[in-house]
Amino acid sequence: MLRYTVRRLGQLVIVAVVLSILLFGWLRALPGGPVSALLGERATEESRAQLVEQLGLNQPLHVQYWKFVQRAVTGDFGVSTGVQPGTPAMEVFLQRMPATLELSVLALLLAVVVGVPLGYFAGRRQGGWLDNLSITWSLIGVAVPVFFLAFLLKYVFAIELGALPASGRQEVSIDATHATGFYVLDGMLTGEWDAAWNAFLHLLLPAAALSTIPFAVIFRITRASVLDVLEEDFVRTARSKGLGARVIRGRHVLRNAMLPVVTTIGLQTGALLSGAVLTEQVFNITGIGQALSLGFQRQDYAVLQVVILATAMVYVLVNLVVDLTYAAIDPRLRER
Amino acid sequence: MGVGRPPGLRASRTGRRIATAGLAALLATSLAACVQSQREGDGGRTMVFGAAGAPALFDPFYASDGETFRVTRQMMEGLVGFEPGTAEVEPALAESWESSEDGTEWTFQLREGVEFHDGTEFDADAVCANFERWYNQTGPGQNAALSYYWIETFGGFASDDDPSLYSSCETPDQSTAVLELTRPSSKFPDALGLDSFSIQSPTAMEEYGADEVTARGSSFEYSEYAKQHPTGTGPFEFDSYDESNQSIVLRRNEDYWGEKAELDRLVFKIIPDESVRKQELLSGGIDGYDFPNPADISGLRDQGFDVQVRDPFNILYLGISQRSNPALRDLRVREALARAVDKENLVEANMPDGAEPAELFYPDSVDGYPEDVTKYPHDPQRAKQLLREAGHQDLTIEFWWPTQVTRPYMPDPRGIFNALSGDLEEAGINVEPVSKPWNGGYISDVNQGKAEVFLLGWTGDYNSPDNFIGTFFGSTQNQFYTEPAPWGGELAERLEAADGEADPAAREEMYTEINRSLKSEYLPAIPLAHSPPAIVTSSEVEGLVTSPLTAERFAPVSLRQ
Repeated sequence: MLRYTVRRLGQLVIVAVVLSILLFGWLRALPGGPVSALLGERATEESRAQLVEQLGLNQPLHVQYWKFVQRAVTGDFGVSTGVQPGTPAMEVFLQRMPATLELSVLALLLAVVVGVPLGYFAGRRQGGWLDNLSITWSLIGVAVPVFFLAFLLKYVFAIELGALPASGRQEVSIDATHATGFYVLDGMLTGEWDAAWNAFLHLLLPAAALSTIPFAVIFRITRASVLDVLEEDFVRTARSKGLGARVIRGRHVLRNAMLPVVTTIGLQTGALLSGAVLTEQVFNITGIGQALSLGFQRQDYAVLQVVILATAMVYVLVNLVVDLTYAAIDPRLRER
Repeated sequence: MGVGRPPGLRASRTGRRIATAGLAALLATSLAACVQSQREGDGGRTMVFGAAGAPALFDPFYASDGETFRVTRQMMEGLVGFEPGTAEVEPALAESWESSEDGTEWTFQLREGVEFHDGTEFDADAVCANFERWYNQTGPGQNAALSYYWIETFGGFASDDDPSLYSSCETPDQSTAVLELTRPSSKFPDALGLDSFSIQSPTAMEEYGADEVTARGSSFEYSEYAKQHPTGTGPFEFDSYDESNQSIVLRRNEDYWGEKAELDRLVFKIIPDESVRKQELLSGGIDGYDFPNPADISGLRDQGFDVQVRDPFNILYLGISQRSNPALRDLRVREALARAVDKENLVEANMPDGAEPAELFYPDSVDGYPEDVTKYPHDPQRAKQLLREAGHQDLTIEFWWPTQVTRPYMPDPRGIFNALSGDLEEAGINVEPVSKPWNGGYISDVNQGKAEVFLLGWTGDYNSPDNFIGTFFGSTQNQFYTEPAPWGGELAERLEAADGEADPAAREEMYTEINRSLKSEYLPAIPLAHSPPAIVTSSEVEGLVTSPLTAERFAPVSLRQ
């Protein structure tokens, strides 16, 4: 088990190195870059050359990369030029991560809370009105682009009805204390309940928009899985034993149907993050999705590097944890 | 399996649930005591203004972007300022000033009884400390990415070879500061009203290491002062910058020397997406934002929002580089381009309300603007004839235009390009379009003179011809690349001479003459239009006086209840 873990961690390092090289080279192959971002339209050839020299951008790429690595191992990933100019890129990432997590968790929660029961009831009454309705709904959820839905929700609930805030994470005038960066949690921790509530209201529309993708998948998997389980022998056996319908549904059908659903929920994390890029843009949520899109628009090497690398590392680590769990359950996976 | 749990077990499970819930509640309350709320009571009257980008820092000396200046302008003042609603200089921290006959010695009488936000007294020592700080920048501080306006206005620094306009700053007494220049300059005193030359507290700058700016990776890291402790004399003072919520809070300076601000707090909320800014205004989340899309203006007005259109203080031009295409070195060819272009139609179809066709390279509110210049009315037939005379009947030119950008002077680059390239083709010129992202090669290539014909413009910093035509044609190796032209060097010299003329009347005459020549004998590029940038606020906002320099101060602004 230890050898397996060590080998997998070794793979993680290789992934990080390869990805950072690709990322480094690719970003620098893009036209523009930090010099244009820093000097703006009033740059002269002279000032451009001076800046390139000062930042060491005229050195060979491998030298620049080596310097980047040397700094990176000390935790220094450079300074943002476009997203939050002047702020260390790592700080930009850490400041923005909570916003994206908060949003994704709520979106996932919404998807599960709505998707699982709906899938369960739709599966039990296959072909019924609820089944047809939910299938249509989930189809819409998959087919409609997130940003369009986000815009629609915002237009109806924020602009026309004025019921929910149009964008942002929290009203500035509420003067909230931020300890962890998770605004809802911060409000609860400090006892500033109005601040927590305000942050929660800000999350509702974007989370609703973002939840449509995992919702559709979770709903369909639950439904299919309930259908499968209903056909299983043990259900028939339980029924023939004279077990009450409630007990059969609760203990046998639902529980067994949940196994693939749980796996699916785990897999949806990736979809959530890519959905967050658009959702955060529409709702001006200062998370890492916005950092990514702004980073590309404004050619912010430092921020793009940190955000993409860190996100990739999170994926790889989550994968590792999943694999380790499997390995713990199934010894066959440990060897080879 | 299949047998129900004994009742006792079920009860204990419920009991466990209750216990868990109780534990969670206990945890929540105990955590609540862990983190101290840092609230400071009621925010009072707060205006929230939507900003397009995060300021790089709050020390205007190291900045050159509008997003930074919009914030620092509320907190800081220079020796001179600009009269609200105009680009005319008025007294600010200096009550009056005079220059010596030869224009190299400027004596400023300073306002008395003024304090910086940290309690430091504003006096002649503070003024000279600021000038000395600027002049003595070293290392990264000398980079145009940081001290752009110093380099543009004063040239070099104490420790480098480039000659500087600045010579010394003397304090004969605490309410008088005397600036010595190495030569006279048309930039004085207007340039001292630039935000970069705001006078900041020497005590605070020293305490928080204002000059500690370091190159790190591919960018610069700024000082503690620039990030958290900007200290000026203005009607608002710095409260906080919440990076995770991307909002900047300023509060009223209760000890302000002049008329105190109406608002208790002024908040800048950073909303990078233009359409999100608009929606946020519509839903009441912000009270205003800058540069609304011209296409949105009438809609916003219909919905009861207050859209103010500023007087134009910018120029959009069709640039010409004489670097690579020899045909463009022929005056007749350049005149043909000028004749081919239909400015009236362009302004009508592609520019916002209030835009005007441009005859010269700056608006008529700037000095030295002659009305009687050579004009080239739209005339495709004449253009064809000129091309024939020059032997370029089948002229092909690369026409460059930028993507991923809108500028106040160029609201719709693609539309402008389409209109103009249609005009050129009508005059028989073959157009090869070249488009590049603004920050992805466009600006850098244009600045190297690589673009044969291109779209670009400029927004004036202050009311001086030098700020426009001095910037454009003062060098022969920039975007216009006038080096091969027989008059390129001569034009640059004439501009330098006019800038250095101490007598204002003579100087104005020199600029008038240069403008005439620019149209009659040089024609290095084709002025297209001046277009007025707009600003939009909700109907509750009162007292906002717009500035042609887009340098609004929010101190007189109040919110209707």
